[in-house]
Amino acid sequence: MNLTLLILIPLVTAVLILLAKGLQQIRVIGLAGAVVQLGIAGWLLKSFLDQRAAGNNTTYLFESNTTWFKALNIHYHIGIDGIALAMILLTSIIVVAGILVSWSMEKLSKEYFFLLVLLSMGAYGFFISLDLFTLFFFLEVAVIPKFLLIGIWGSGDKTKSAMKLALMLMAGSALVMVGLFGIYYNTHTFDMVQITQQGIPAGVQKFFFPFAFLGFGVFAALFPFHTWVPDGHASAPTAASMFLAGISMKLGGYGCLRIAALMPDAAHNYSWIIITLATIAIIYGAFATMMQTDLKYINAYSSISHCGFVILGIGMLNKTSMNGAVIQMVSHGLMTALFFAAIGMIYSRTHTRMVAQLGGLLKAMPFISTVFVIAGLCSLGLPGFSGFVAEMTVFMGSWQNPESAYRFATILSGASIVVTAVYILRATGRAIMGPISDEHALLGDATWNEKLAAVLLIAGILVIGLAPFLINHLIMPSTDAIMTQMGKVMLSK
Amino acid sequence: MNYNILIQLRQELALTVLIFLLLFIKLGKERSNESILNFINLILLINLGAGLCCHETGELFNGMFNTNALIVFEKNLLNLAALIISMQSYAWLKNSKNIIEFYLLTLTSLLGMFFMISSNNLLMFYLGLEMSTIPLAAAANFDLTKRKSSEAAMKLILSSAFSSGILLLGISFLYGTTGTLSFSILPAFLNGNPLQLFAFILLIAGFAFKISAVPFHLWTADVYEGSPVAVTSFLSVISKAAVLFTLVNILYKVFTPIANTWYLILILLAAATILIGNLFAIRQDNFKRFLAFSSIAQVGFILIGISGSSQAGSASLIYFVLIYIFSNLAAFGVVSVVSALTGKENISDFKGFYKTNPILSWILTIALFSLAGVPPTAGFFGKLFLMMAGASKGNYGIIIFAALNMVISFYYYLRVVKAIFMDENPNPIEKIAVPTVSKIAMYICVVGVIVTGLASVVYDYIYAISFGL
Repeated sequence: MNLTLLILIPLVTAVLILLAKGLQQIRVIGLAGAVVQLGIAGWLLKSFLDQRAAGNNTTYLFESNTTWFKALNIHYHIGIDGIALAMILLTSIIVVAGILVSWSMEKLSKEYFFLLVLLSMGAYGFFISLDLFTLFFFLEVAVIPKFLLIGIWGSGDKTKSAMKLALMLMAGSALVMVGLFGIYYNTHTFDMVQITQQGIPAGVQKFFFPFAFLGFGVFAALFPFHTWVPDGHASAPTAASMFLAGISMKLGGYGCLRIAALMPDAAHNYSWIIITLATIAIIYGAFATMMQTDLKYINAYSSISHCGFVILGIGMLNKTSMNGAVIQMVSHGLMTALFFAAIGMIYSRTHTRMVAQLGGLLKAMPFISTVFVIAGLCSLGLPGFSGFVAEMTVFMGSWQNPESAYRFATILSGASIVVTAVYILRATGRAIMGPISDEHALLGDATWNEKLAAVLLIAGILVIGLAPFLINHLIMPSTDAIMTQMGKVMLSK
Repeated sequence: MNYNILIQLRQELALTVLIFLLLFIKLGKERSNESILNFINLILLINLGAGLCCHETGELFNGMFNTNALIVFEKNLLNLAALIISMQSYAWLKNSKNIIEFYLLTLTSLLGMFFMISSNNLLMFYLGLEMSTIPLAAAANFDLTKRKSSEAAMKLILSSAFSSGILLLGISFLYGTTGTLSFSILPAFLNGNPLQLFAFILLIAGFAFKISAVPFHLWTADVYEGSPVAVTSFLSVISKAAVLFTLVNILYKVFTPIANTWYLILILLAAATILIGNLFAIRQDNFKRFLAFSSIAQVGFILIGISGSSQAGSASLIYFVLIYIFSNLAAFGVVSVVSALTGKENISDFKGFYKTNPILSWILTIALFSLAGVPPTAGFFGKLFLMMAGASKGNYGIIIFAALNMVISFYYYLRVVKAIFMDENPNPIEKIAVPTVSKIAMYICVVGVIVTGLASVVYDYIYAISFGL
């Protein structure tokens, strides 16, 4: 099985979309491409688990390594472990859902679907890369589509939000670039596998870790680099919001994880800073959400809080917390995409996202309201949904860290869940329950494509929520391998 | 008779024949502009082909002139750029009365650059440089009816004369302290005494004028704005590239004994050039001025690459110039067509451009993204490799500085993209009928922008023929 397919299929889809005529052809091609990707991801999962069951314990499976720029020792080196595979599955689900909810996008539909597919290609390429150069390449490939998607199809102050997002993400990738150069000039390779084997001198780690980690942190909405998140998400069209929160922010989290694994000494040295920033993000995000009146802003700010858990899990540097971070990435991706999808469906019918102007939607659109409630419950961490599993794992991991300052951070982060419950229940209560206004009473419920998208995402949430051992089974060997490797490095010092 | 000389000099000879051919066409009977232009483009294509056939290492004229695979490749790049510019100026030249003169001037200048690139002696270098500069000043004055055009020509000739004066002073000091002008003998006599260093600084200042590095950049924006677009693109791409090639040649071959000195000078120049170029580019509304300042910033990045003083340094420079030819000429191509057919040259005129001219918009956008260094365009690879070459010396401060400046430059490129795609405009530029020849040139550029980066063979080839300190 060649992983390059994951890049080639979006590429082919994008070209076909350019050649297609009319909305019908374009969206069918887009959906077909996305479904094929979902199929490939499913097939990858199956053969990955089969190989693992057969006793193949290499860190990365489906590896392939070709020289790209020989003179500079840059390789096109791809391969996946359980974490990358989980991310690929997440991406493929969100892309299908995103294309389904944009089914009736009539404004410049060709460009719209083209950019969505291009964005997904960047994400796939990013997750399969084992060479830091290609990783960086795909990270930046995914930035421009976001800028155009928000700026052209967005709402509100869209050009300003698009500009802000693009510049902040570019600044993030500039930091990443400096970090990667530092690694390159001290190891003479971009290859993550080789770098892990030969190690990076501690002094180099200490200097370059902040660049790389904070650079990816910008993508992951780490405090104080989170300011692009609310405006960007709120202005973006529905599918772009889903991609942004569901996929793009995960590029950051995944990047942070890989950087921490590559530079274990520095990760240990700086872990208190990482944890402090993550805790601030969690609490600040939660309280900022309380003040919001626009549904999209509510979800955007809550994303800052939720992504804080990812960084917290990485910063705690133990097996359980790392696992939690990965599950939180998947869970938050699915949940937030579902949330944005539901908000988009509500907005396209009522033409408002203000909580105060909504009410009693359950009577007019039961399906959409149910989706909204499910997303909300998942967000506040109700057992049975993925959010509970993810946050619980992060907390359990964090608590294993015996230092009292870390325990304090854990308790603070845990307390934020109460705040989450407040804003989620308040928004749900006002918008979904209660009396409905006359003009909203006549609005219709979800169409088939919206239902399909929602069901797909909810299925993902429930699988993780009800059978957490499945995803644990997938990612645990990989996080174990990372932590063992990091532990070895630390012990040998 | 020694036929070797024909092979080694073939690019110069081809160009000379071409120039005489043009003179005869001028003297001959009256023909339609279209047929002349098509004919010229055809022979420029043949001229480009003549360079591709083979390469030979050797020296001519008592070591004044040398050639090798790298130099032939550099000349091919310039030939390619000249062909693209010629094709893109089709719409503008079609209605001009003085086509032949335009080509006579620009091609003579190109010939001068060829001798400059091949020079192995400061005298030959100076002759080539002057031969390339003076015709360009005349070409800048090509819009005879526009006052700005003659102002641009005046500024160009005065600043070139000034910089040539400085250069000559530097050369004479060098001659005074070493007693030779030959590139191969000079290094042995360079010991870094104060007068030599002073001579070197004068020399670098002269170069900095030509490549418009800060603080010697002040002529650039006015000249670029006043000159016709074709001349502007010639100035910003071809003449800059030729001087940069020569600069690397001289730094890496001649001034090796004082490499530590020029490393510092280059870093300072680079930092100032990037920052000032960026800050001024943000404020521009005229597209040509905008591209002028953005090209100043690009030169700053190139200087970082050169400062790496390794094989990767010169390879990344040539690679970047190749990419720069494609991306800058794609941008200039669109501006040139729009300016020739509507007279509009401001960024604010391009608001809502996408609604009326989607294809031109995409071409311009891809070109700008390449200039900004965004993947998957080639500009990403070009800039990254320049910085990687620069970082090889372990000077991470300049790399961090450059990385932050990339973000600033990203802002102003995005501003244009924003105007094209997002801003509302009740009267956008109407649909433009692009001449087929120009269209082909633009497509060549776009394909170049995408392929040069992803196809690693290009870089690997350039790396193989480059040389380090």
